[in-house]
Amino acid sequence: MQYDDFHVLLADDDPDDRLFFKYAIEELKIKTILTTVNDGVELMNYLSEPDASLPHVVFLDLNMPRKGGMECLKEIRANKNYKDLSIAIYSTSGSDKDIEESFVLGANVYIKKPNDFSSLKKILAEVININWQYHISGLNKENFVLSI
Amino acid sequence: MKLHVRYNINNVCRRLLQEQLNKLDFPCELMGLGEIEIKKTVSEEQYNQLAAALKKYEIEVLDDRISALVQKTKDAIIEMIYLEEKLPVSKISFYLAEKLNYSFGYISKLFSEVTYTSIENFIIMQKVERVKQLIIDDELSLTQIAGKLSYSSVAHLSGQFKKTTGITPSAFHRIIKRRKNNRNMEPMRK
Repeated sequence: MQYDDFHVLLADDDPDDRLFFKYAIEELKIKTILTTVNDGVELMNYLSEPDASLPHVVFLDLNMPRKGGMECLKEIRANKNYKDLSIAIYSTSGSDKDIEESFVLGANVYIKKPNDFSSLKKILAEVININWQYHISGLNKENFVLSI
Repeated sequence: MKLHVRYNINNVCRRLLQEQLNKLDFPCELMGLGEIEIKKTVSEEQYNQLAAALKKYEIEVLDDRISALVQKTKDAIIEMIYLEEKLPVSKISFYLAEKLNYSFGYISKLFSEVTYTSIENFIIMQKVERVKQLIIDDELSLTQIAGKLSYSSVAHLSGQFKKTTGITPSAFHRIIKRRKNNRNMEPMRK
């Protein structure tokens, strides 16, 4: 059975994190196309290109120069064109309050950044797999929340 | 008399496929590696016609049988979770094997190969989705929801919910409510 390629976008200003992310994606069985941008301004520019192929899921680092992840989250959720996008927040904080706040603002996934690469890889693999399951099964993304 | 012919087996197959597809009026493109893109939606009857026509040449329509079975498996699970008034408590493997007429081992292997997840995980995911919907509907208590979906207890339901989503059912309830309030305050742009 052939599914369309799964398109993932990462907004993160840290080059090491972007590289780890790329390695993690390369090991997945699911055919995944990765696009990376360096900050929130680049992200919003990318998404608003008239012929942009919108990603299925956007990974947002919270702390980025120029425009941070929270601001992007709010902007994306205020725009109906992006309603099919899943948003995964990528944060160093793991407080229940931050997690709940992100979900209330419309995030679908909240990832507390682990300290080592192997955990990160495992987490990303799981997050992308679950997103993909939602995608291929046509599940209601509006109710999709995952804290990991 | 002896004749010698030279042929390219690949081209023969392509030509044959093309002719059969044209005959049945399928606008299509041969992609190579045994993949055919059909540029219209195909009814089940047309699909069977095509499969029968190709079978004469011992060409099997492979991919679709697998995807059809996987789709049927998903449908059977979803039907079971959404339509049955109360979930069957008997083993789901028996339920699926009986419903789909294949051994559970076979179904399960194909399912994982195609979807990269197990049937068990898929069922848990679907059940948790159903729980979410029932929480949002706000008509049943968690105890009633647990009963309806054949969880042995509320604790079992909550545990599976937390394991799958990372948050508790009550946090989920709160989040959905607050989201709704936010949305009522700020109408969407565009």
